[in-house]
Amino acid sequence: MKTNNIMIVGVGGQGSLLASKLIGNVAQQNGLEVKVSEVHGMSQRGGSVVTYVRYGDKVHSPIIAKGEADIILSFELLEAARYTERLKPGGKILTSTQTIDPMPVITGAMEYPDALAEKLKAAGFNLLAVDALSLAEEAGNYKAVNVVMIGVLSCFLDFPMECWEKAIEVCVPPKFLDVNKKAFTIGRVIGGTKLS
Amino acid sequence: MEKRLMLGNEAVARGLYEAGCEVVSSYPGTPSTEITEFASKYDEIKSEWAPNEKVALEVALGASIAGVRSFCGMKHVGLNVAADPLFTASYSGVNAGLIVAVADDQGMHSSQNEQDSRHYAIAAKIPMLEPADSQECKDYVTEAYSISEQFDTPVLLRLSTRISHTQTETTVGERKALPKREYIKNAAKYVMMPGNAKKKHVVVEERTKKLTAFSETTPLNTIIDNGSRIGVISAGIAYQYAAEALEDKVNYLKLGMLNPLPVELIKNFAADCEKVYVVEELDGVIETHCRCIGVPVIGKELFSNIGELDQVIIREKILGVKPEIKKLDETLPVRPPVLCPGCPHRGVFYVLGKLKVMVSGDIGCYTLGAVAPLNALDTTICMGASISGLHGFNLADENNCKKSVAVIGDSTFIHSGITGLINVVYNATNSVVIIMDNSTTGMTGHQQNPTTGFNIKGDPAAAVSLEKLCESIGIRRVRVVDPMDIQLFESVVKEELEAPEPSVIISRRPCALLKTVKKYPPLRINTDKCKKCKACFKIGCPAIQDSKGTIKIDPTLCVGCRLCVKMCNFTAIEGEAK
Repeated sequence: MKTNNIMIVGVGGQGSLLASKLIGNVAQQNGLEVKVSEVHGMSQRGGSVVTYVRYGDKVHSPIIAKGEADIILSFELLEAARYTERLKPGGKILTSTQTIDPMPVITGAMEYPDALAEKLKAAGFNLLAVDALSLAEEAGNYKAVNVVMIGVLSCFLDFPMECWEKAIEVCVPPKFLDVNKKAFTIGRVIGGTKLS
Repeated sequence: MEKRLMLGNEAVARGLYEAGCEVVSSYPGTPSTEITEFASKYDEIKSEWAPNEKVALEVALGASIAGVRSFCGMKHVGLNVAADPLFTASYSGVNAGLIVAVADDQGMHSSQNEQDSRHYAIAAKIPMLEPADSQECKDYVTEAYSISEQFDTPVLLRLSTRISHTQTETTVGERKALPKREYIKNAAKYVMMPGNAKKKHVVVEERTKKLTAFSETTPLNTIIDNGSRIGVISAGIAYQYAAEALEDKVNYLKLGMLNPLPVELIKNFAADCEKVYVVEELDGVIETHCRCIGVPVIGKELFSNIGELDQVIIREKILGVKPEIKKLDETLPVRPPVLCPGCPHRGVFYVLGKLKVMVSGDIGCYTLGAVAPLNALDTTICMGASISGLHGFNLADENNCKKSVAVIGDSTFIHSGITGLINVVYNATNSVVIIMDNSTTGMTGHQQNPTTGFNIKGDPAAAVSLEKLCESIGIRRVRVVDPMDIQLFESVVKEELEAPEPSVIISRRPCALLKTVKKYPPLRINTDKCKKCKACFKIGCPAIQDSKGTIKIDPTLCVGCRLCVKMCNFTAIEGEAK
């Protein structure tokens, strides 16, 4: 299998670590080599956070460089727009429509760009935008945006549903299992409808 | 054998466990911290957070002399602090094996500089290994101990952000406990006074020759012959980028031993190639060595010595292949890291900004006070420099004493602030030092430290009292204030700036991210009362946002700390009272 490159982007604290674990676990269940590159330390504190997941028959580099991402999975709209040059031609952006103002917007030095999803589509990017925050709330916890988006992502990857279920059971603490299972299912349903 | 996805740092810890390591002493520092956190989960290893890297390395050396395998981990700048024992441990050598892991931070994801630790290995004449994935992180620990004991030397294990913080598959094994080596008094070996050290220096030079011979044949250095006429010499994470970019189009000399570097192996590898590239991040260490031994290579004329490499850069520079890129044509606001909602440091910086004082800063979460809108810091250099730097600033002009302060965290104060404060007292400047005591080592992910009352395993431990410590060295004015009470905090800072002697203000409130800190329901803005004056924006809280002219508090971010409530003159910010 050729190497698949998935970039998970968002704001520090949005749970990209769990999302990367889930994808990594599923790929591993399928006998593929996996590398997951995380961000720790200073950048985590509300900053722009990037996690790389690469899997395939043989993976050397843990990072995804310009023009290499098959999918950008984003938990925040501005972050979805920030990394477009990493996309492969024909690559997809799956993003939550949630917006979180960065400090230059809060201080008034800059404005949060308008209609980013529309602009991305108009520029020819293959984009699926989902209101994952509302869906996470529907699942029972606004923090489950990450797992809603993993549910969406699952529709675009060739792994069986059982693998995802197993990954969630392995990676999510028992206390949050129900909410996350629900979040995943909601995301997968939405992803499925957009796929057709 | 079980294969697990493991962070490089976790794999180093697993390697320590399997190789029979018994003592681990470290100071946290991104990207090295998790090695010691994972090591502390093994009951067979005595693990600890030391006050700083120098202490940690001396502890590890002491344990090695006592006869058990030991380890000390740190980030690249930590090795500057530990350099003193490192250089002489090279002379004394070890009894049981000693590994010093140093994690470089190419790209400065979480660091104040981008130094290349390989220079330390050369300067201290200590062997250095560099793994390229988590499996090698684990395997090289075993190999490093064997080199350490065979050649009577500490061994440096060089890591980097992308090795330490990438999960790759790792096969785990069982622990091999080792018998304790006998400690035998041997002043000629362990007492490094001139008479003994002169003899030891000769031994060190001889050792380097033997290690060079070892590096010619060790399987740590491997040739991957793809039948090409182009050769690539690389190591660590840079090797992974090169292998990704160039696949089987070139031959590789993958180096696992970075010091001393082999001579004949490189010459023989190059002899079969028309062209040899050296692919390495940061400085041209391998490249310089190649040129010294008369092997012409192409290196830094193609690859920058700043920041990280990746496979696309290498593909472009060596194969001339550029990626197809499309970019959204829109200027996007950057998203720098910020102080968290509820952060106790925010109140301190708001007050210092209001008073327009010079702020001598330090290393920790509070370094984030430097960004807008707080713009609070004037300097940040290294651990502890806030206090000593302030003393110098005030020595230069005593009028500065009334308009300058130092800010330093609790862990950093213990690390290397206390010595600076002793200097303030002893050499008498009326400096004002604010210890921002948030009851944890925050930036590196909440490690215990000597002031928290708990050890690395979370068990109760002796706690240093910051107040008593400061008093005991001669600070008579020690004030303890809650930084959320900004009015009181402001008046205390003003008083201490006017005081005719040095003073310490302990700004005490636990980090908002600690599990023991209660979170309150999010606050909200009463839009009828809100005058949109944006006074609440002055504290730079990421939860307070201007949504198309309406001021809002993001309920997913707000932790109900109520600092913003104190900023509002119109009682427009509402929510459950504490």
